[in-house]
Amino acid sequence: MSTPLGSAKSLVDTDNGEISREIFVNHDLYKQELEQIFGRAWLFVGHESQIPKSGDFFSSKMGEESVILTRDRAGKIHVFLNSCRHRGMKVCRYDEGNTTNFICPYHAWSYTTDGRLVGVQDYDNLYRPPFDKGEWGLVEVAQLANFHGTIWATWDKNAPSFEDYLGEATFGLAGALRAWDGSDGETELLGSVQKWIVPNNWKFIAENFAGDNLHVVSHRSVEMVGIGPGSNGRRDDYGEAKRAAYPGGHGIVYSLVPPKKTFVQYSASPVTSDYFQERWEKRLEKLGDQAGIFPLIGTIFPNMSFHGQQPRTLLLAHPRGPQETEMWRFYFVDKGAPAEVKEFLRRYYIRYSGPAGMTEQDDMENWNYASSASDGLIARRHPYHYKAGLGRGGKDPVIPGHVTTKEAPGTEQNPRALYKRWAEFMDAPSWDALR
Amino acid sequence: MELSNERLAYLSLMREIEDFYYAEADMLDERDYDKWLALFADDVRYWMPIRKNVAFDNLARETTAEDDIAWIDDDKATLVKRVKQLMTGFHWAEEPISRVSHVVTNIRLTEAVTTIAEGATATVKSRFLIYRNRLETETDILVGRREDMLRRKGETFEVTRRKILIEQSVLRAKNLTVFF
Repeated sequence: MSTPLGSAKSLVDTDNGEISREIFVNHDLYKQELEQIFGRAWLFVGHESQIPKSGDFFSSKMGEESVILTRDRAGKIHVFLNSCRHRGMKVCRYDEGNTTNFICPYHAWSYTTDGRLVGVQDYDNLYRPPFDKGEWGLVEVAQLANFHGTIWATWDKNAPSFEDYLGEATFGLAGALRAWDGSDGETELLGSVQKWIVPNNWKFIAENFAGDNLHVVSHRSVEMVGIGPGSNGRRDDYGEAKRAAYPGGHGIVYSLVPPKKTFVQYSASPVTSDYFQERWEKRLEKLGDQAGIFPLIGTIFPNMSFHGQQPRTLLLAHPRGPQETEMWRFYFVDKGAPAEVKEFLRRYYIRYSGPAGMTEQDDMENWNYASSASDGLIARRHPYHYKAGLGRGGKDPVIPGHVTTKEAPGTEQNPRALYKRWAEFMDAPSWDALR
Repeated sequence: MELSNERLAYLSLMREIEDFYYAEADMLDERDYDKWLALFADDVRYWMPIRKNVAFDNLARETTAEDDIAWIDDDKATLVKRVKQLMTGFHWAEEPISRVSHVVTNIRLTEAVTTIAEGATATVKSRFLIYRNRLETETDILVGRREDMLRRKGETFEVTRRKILIEQSVLRAKNLTVFF
């Protein structure tokens, strides 16, 4: 398969670190991304703590389309396309809630939380012969996975399992979602989701969080002012950074803290600092040599990113057009953390991230005008430059993936891996060609 | 028509409160941030919850609760830092500066009071329309409601609590670098 401009591979030369601007601005390529990438990749939909009880639902998105994440009467989690099978109306226009049925407000078809069509107006009278309601339930995703509390789905039945899709990045995502003491499944979302629209291509966001270590000047003002949990900088000390790229297009930046060190986190609040110190000691017991490995930031291909250490957030970059993206920020904490700790973290998280986040605000200005200044006829003739750290890095004794450490801290290897995978998705006729 | 003393006291108080808000709008739009910060009490909570689409029987969750994620939930120290950031010259989201106008209207005292004694408080509601334009054509119009707790402080007031409700769920502005 080829794009409207030839093969995607011809637009993305990751061996030389040159990538065509067309992939950030071209409408036809964008339409193709929706099909080739968002139509078949594993996408993050939500967190199980958003739907703890039967009948709970959370409206999410996969690509441009609305989906419902819900838990049925038997406690099973589903993801459905949010569109009535009769005439397409959204069967759920609420962001969240609890219900027994999704009842379409247009012609009153109704569906249970396991997606079955149970109510059709004047069914006995109008349909001769009666149609099989079993064939007209809500459209459900082809595959769903619950990974340490995060819910993922794909529309492609031929996609590999979610863990195979992550490959060696499983190590990093699992690490990011762990409770601070190193235990599994003991994190929860800290309340509601921030949603806002930014005027830039979604890939600026994905590559930024995959590991763009050269964008420090973006955050010069916030570093000068100091909003961190120790009152200076953006964060407390987070250790030595290592960048890891994965063939699946995922990129993660790990921070490594020497295990014997007293690890000062969230130092402006003694209660919070004590909590993290106590958890750190438990973590050392539980994880031993691995205790000091924290996934700091990362992107899981294509559009889910995270902060795994300070602050702790999940981010979705939903595409809305070549020059428009809807950002969703989810914040998370240890389930068992004391209320005072959660409160301190809540305030720190939202002064850091989100549209009022003193760090994120400056990113969005840069993404905005990088996107719009790349749209012109002349601009499109000149590729972007992704050459930092070309040919550097390799195997690491501790971190899986292609790892670059201190020798080239500004390497752009993670964005390169993301775009290499992007081109493979755009060119591949099916999942068989992507394995 | 003769106005009662009580009525006159009320009208005088309302004018004082209106002047307070009009002066605040000028401080913001003229970037007189130190004066603006002085309007806020040291223990102020400057809070902008998120609005959600919820069912009729679930309206209690339409606005995020006090311990939930918000757009903004600042104390005085954070407000001071936001101002410092604006004055660094390196805050790219506001460099070069945006052109901003605050329109404040529908100012109402929620309690039937005619005076506010020194140290006493009163709740005042208002509407805002904030127009922001930056660089060439980038434009945001932010509209919503405020609910302030004002405390009498000599000849003026200080804001001890500000709740800001913006009439959007998915925010249509790329960032919130303006004050409300």
